[in-house]
Amino acid sequence: MKDIREDIAWAKINQDVLKSLENPRKLYWVILFVAIAMVGVAAGCEIYQYNVGMGVSDKNNSHVWGLYIATFIFWIGMSHSGTLLSAILHLMHADWRKPIYRFAEAMTTFSLMTAGLFVAVHLGRVWQIYYALPYPNERGLWPNFQSPLLWDAMAIFTYLSSSILFLYVGMIPDLAICRDRMHEGWRKKLYTWLSLGWEGTDRQWRNFRVTYLTIACFLIPLAVSVHSIVASDFAMSQQPGWHITSFPPYFVAGALYSGCAAIITLFIILRYVFRFEEYMTLPILKKIVRLTFAISMVWTYLNLVEFASVWYSHDQASKDVLIQKASGTYAPFWWGMMFCGSVVPLVMAFKRVQTNIPVLFAVSLLLNLGMWLERWMIVAPTFAHGIYPWGWDHDQWPSFVQWGMVFGSFGWFTLLFMVFCKVFPSVSMYEVKEMVYHRSQATKKLEETGKFAAAGKGAH
Amino acid sequence: MSKRHLLALYSNFDEAEAVVKELRSASIKGFDVNHDLIVKSPIEHPEVEEFLGNKPVYVQWFTLGGALMGGLLGFFLISGAQANFYAQIKGGKPIVPFPPNFVLTYEMFILGGVFISVLGFLICAGLPARRSPLYSAKVSEDQIGILVKSDESAANSLKAIFAKHHALEIQEEAGK
Repeated sequence: MKDIREDIAWAKINQDVLKSLENPRKLYWVILFVAIAMVGVAAGCEIYQYNVGMGVSDKNNSHVWGLYIATFIFWIGMSHSGTLLSAILHLMHADWRKPIYRFAEAMTTFSLMTAGLFVAVHLGRVWQIYYALPYPNERGLWPNFQSPLLWDAMAIFTYLSSSILFLYVGMIPDLAICRDRMHEGWRKKLYTWLSLGWEGTDRQWRNFRVTYLTIACFLIPLAVSVHSIVASDFAMSQQPGWHITSFPPYFVAGALYSGCAAIITLFIILRYVFRFEEYMTLPILKKIVRLTFAISMVWTYLNLVEFASVWYSHDQASKDVLIQKASGTYAPFWWGMMFCGSVVPLVMAFKRVQTNIPVLFAVSLLLNLGMWLERWMIVAPTFAHGIYPWGWDHDQWPSFVQWGMVFGSFGWFTLLFMVFCKVFPSVSMYEVKEMVYHRSQATKKLEETGKFAAAGKGAH
Repeated sequence: MSKRHLLALYSNFDEAEAVVKELRSASIKGFDVNHDLIVKSPIEHPEVEEFLGNKPVYVQWFTLGGALMGGLLGFFLISGAQANFYAQIKGGKPIVPFPPNFVLTYEMFILGGVFISVLGFLICAGLPARRSPLYSAKVSEDQIGILVKSDESAANSLKAIFAKHHALEIQEEAGK
């Protein structure tokens, strides 16, 4: 079965995608309403925490990070999906990515924005967020440029700004299509302004191609560095359970894994809500599912490496944390993480499941639950069982304020994402046209070669 | 002499290629094929570059400059801040620690590279731009446009070539 129909008219591609900007199914509005309600919950929790103080989040001397930083890592990880689909697969000439990379890039941008909120929320004094930024010795701050936390701020800023530029530059030809097709109104003005007068001239395309490739080349090492640096926040400390050499690749694999799982979830939602059945096809879904399965096995392997290296080390404190994870207060969540992250993906190995939308939707949600639990299980057990017994606090449970913020962050991400998909084309029109064109040309060539070969006139 | 703009629309790249080839081979007085011809297409099509001939792209030089500038700026900004530690006790540790400083230098290298690449793209692609004198929305849909600028005297010869290759539509406008 082909990834996409090769005989779709280019005008129809424009028409179908532009229709998504005006006329989604009713489910779109339901999702948007639920997302706004979830953001309302988070806003209420933040206002409460802001007025009463950080104590309401139940963070204490042992548990200084709590769900806020665990969820921050989760959202940073989610952002890697866009880089994988748009940059890595672009360099590998995997053209099946073309109908789906735009929304994955948008996911990158919005999950980074969501992650950034948690830094502010975690600080408590949100008006002093600038203390987290790596600027030189202003105000006698003396930032420690050797701290991974400071690297983190810089890396995330670089990743967010580069991702926004990558998303925007890749969208310019589509914005020009929107400009040309829209009726007068605010949308037309917006697209006219954002498309910068793009006309698809040979000069513009020539420079566009080189720029897009260049930014893609920059984004790949950047994405790897971002999550390696997040891993260094943990691995460079002396805390048991964190001081592990394999943490950077483990974090990168986990990031790609959660990103891929989220792509499956959003693929299914967008396909239905915006009637993209012709572009977000089942063969493409199958490819993403296989990719996710492969990454899930890498993640499982790196988990086992981590457990083995702790178990056979002579670091008793790290061993104690591992035992505590598997049998202590957090055991249900730790085993839940193992089940969702390593056992559930096994169903994706079955061909029948690879295109079964209801099953895949449930599986993708479970995978992401597993990946969120993974981040929580990195942060909390080490805080609950540090090196010194007076810091042990196994019974700590996050307050409703922390849970409310985590819950609301999903609403915030969904809100930004769904608004984006309604205002900007979530399927790249010009790239789908390229895909259709190149594939039809290739088929034509194959047919001609076949005819020649049948007539005994083939080159070989 | 006043100039005239002509825009011919074609339904596929083969016809557009044939037109460009003929415009190249026919030396028409009052029309310079290297400077007065623009091909507009709805997709990025590398073959267009082939039949238009080699035209250089300079974005990568912006990238190189931006990345080097970003990296150097990052390194010296951090090192400059750390230089204050001459006045402070560092317990024998290096004032400018090389391996740790490379992390932020690397991030600034990428940041500079990406930002200046985009700036280079805008400059090299001539964006933001005003619409050219003739524009058809069909170019952003499914047709290939060939926009030429010529002296009034050459307009008829050009139109004849466009028509010979089955142009779907020919638009014209007197320019400056």
